[in-house]
Order: sequence, then structure tokens, then C-alpha cells
Amino acid sequence: MDITVESIVFLIFGVLTLGSALLVVTTRNLFHGALYLMASLFGVAGLFVLLAAPFLAGVQVVVYIGAIAILIIFAIMLTPQVTAMRSVRTAQWPVAVAVAVIFFALLVSVVTPLMDELGVDDFAADFTQENPPDVPADSLVRLGEQLVDPQQFMLPFEVASVLLMAALIGAVLLVWPEGTRSTPPGEAGDD
Amino acid sequence: MSLNEWIFIGLFFALSWILPATPIVLGKILAPRRPNPVKHQVYECGVETFGDTRVQFRAQYYIFALVFVLFDVELVFLFPWALAYNQLGLFALFEMTVFIFLLVVALVYTWRKGALTWA
Repeated sequence: MDITVESIVFLIFGVLTLGSALLVVTTRNLFHGALYLMASLFGVAGLFVLLAAPFLAGVQVVVYIGAIAILIIFAIMLTPQVTAMRSVRTAQWPVAVAVAVIFFALLVSVVTPLMDELGVDDFAADFTQENPPDVPADSLVRLGEQLVDPQQFMLPFEVASVLLMAALIGAVLLVWPEGTRSTPPGEAGDD
Repeated sequence: MSLNEWIFIGLFFALSWILPATPIVLGKILAPRRPNPVKHQVYECGVETFGDTRVQFRAQYYIFALVFVLFDVELVFLFPWALAYNQLGLFALFEMTVFIFLLVVALVYTWRKGALTWA
């Protein structure tokens, strides 16, 4: 494999992704774990750029780093004592390791035949070439067209909106049960 | 692969690290070091903190994060639509109106419930 600019950038983002992912699971501080997760997700965004998928890279940054990570940090801050508490190794860790290994094996068994099917070997060769097959410049415009095309993804597009609406209303209902309008529970709470 | 298009982003990314790092490093090198207890306080002025810094926040604040996530995802859908806007007909505009309307319904519901008041 020749050393190209792409392979160096790939190496940087690969190390960033995997290294941060490792730190997420090894760090004792949950809050730091969330920050490492953001770094890892950023590495994935960089890999999307390398794969000539800038839109996915943008979505990765906006949705995963901007939104999901914020949700996780909120969840950590809202959980009593969890920020101060350093996670300790419990008796469940062998089970957790076993589940992780099984899930990894499952992923490999699913992805490997898929890679053969798509001819990813060729793709890997393309990746190190000087001029791999280009992605059409107007791919994002086409995505926009197909998203609202009744023949294509119009229904999933609108259903996504319904799903988002249901998610928000469901969440509000969980926090403010029916009949407690504008008086959040625990008004005299300790904050 | 046209990584060249990303050179500017890479430059900005590098700059965003260099600009804040430079004064910190310069301060470490140039600043005289004569520590005393007052200098080590977290705040230069204001009330001293008491209790643990890491307190539990009210669970209601989670709604703010959720609303943000929702409209963040909406933005992701809006972006390709807006790019293709010139090629699209009136029907697409109608579709996006329905899309946004549903989310506005959710927002109005949250608002009416009083979930957005910073109580």
C-alpha cells in the first residue's frame, strides 16, 4: 500500500476514532467518557469525508456530536450523584464482556458476506488509488429531489416528521403528566 | 478523492486549536509564578462556592435537550430539500410545509404544556 495523503488522513482519523472509543469504555469518569465519545464521533465524521460523503459527515457532526452527545451529557448531569461517582467494576463485568464479544462476532458475520457481495476488496484497492471513482457533484441535490419524490422517499420523509412529533409529545407527557399544565412537578424542589 | 476541497476546513480546524493554545502556552512561559491562596481561587470575584460543584439538575431540563435534538434532525432533512429547491415543484413545498407543520404542532404542545418555561 502506497503512502498517500488519503492514507495518512485515514490513519489519523482511524486512530482518533478507535483511541477515543477505547477511552470511552476505560475512563473512570462518566462525564469524560461522554467527551471522548464526541471525539470518537468526530473521527467517524472525518472517515465519512474520506469516503466522499460530506453530507453524512455534516449529519454526523450536527446530529451525533451536536445532539446525541448533548443528550448523553444532559442525562449524566440529571442523574443523581453519577457525575461525582466514579464508575466501579461490578460483578457483572464478565457478562458484559461476553455480550460485547458475541455482538462483535454477530456484526462481523453479518458484514463480511456483505463486503464480498459489494466487492469491497476492489473498493479497498480503489481507496489507495490516485483517482478513485468520483461521487457525482450534485448527489446532495439528487438526495433532496428523491426525498420529496412521491415515487421515492416521500412517505418515509413525512413519517419521520410524525415520528419526531410523537417523540417530543411522548417525552413531554412523561415529564409533565396530563393535568399538570404549567405547574411542573416538584415546584418547590431543591435546585 | 478530492481532499483538496477540505484543505481550508483542515486549516480552520488547525487554527481553532492554535489560537487558544498560543496564549495559554505563552502565559505558561512568560508569566511570573508567585502563587498564594487567593490566586488559586476559582473566581476572581464574586461569591465563593459552597457544597459540591457537581449537583444534580432538574429532570425537566431534559426537555430542552430533546426539543433541540428534534429541530436538529429537522435541519438535516431541510438541508438537501433546500439545495434541490430550484428543481422542485410546488408539491415539494407543500410536503415540506406538512413536515414543518407537524413539528410546529409538537413545539406548540410543548409550549402550551409549559415545558419551555425556565422554572
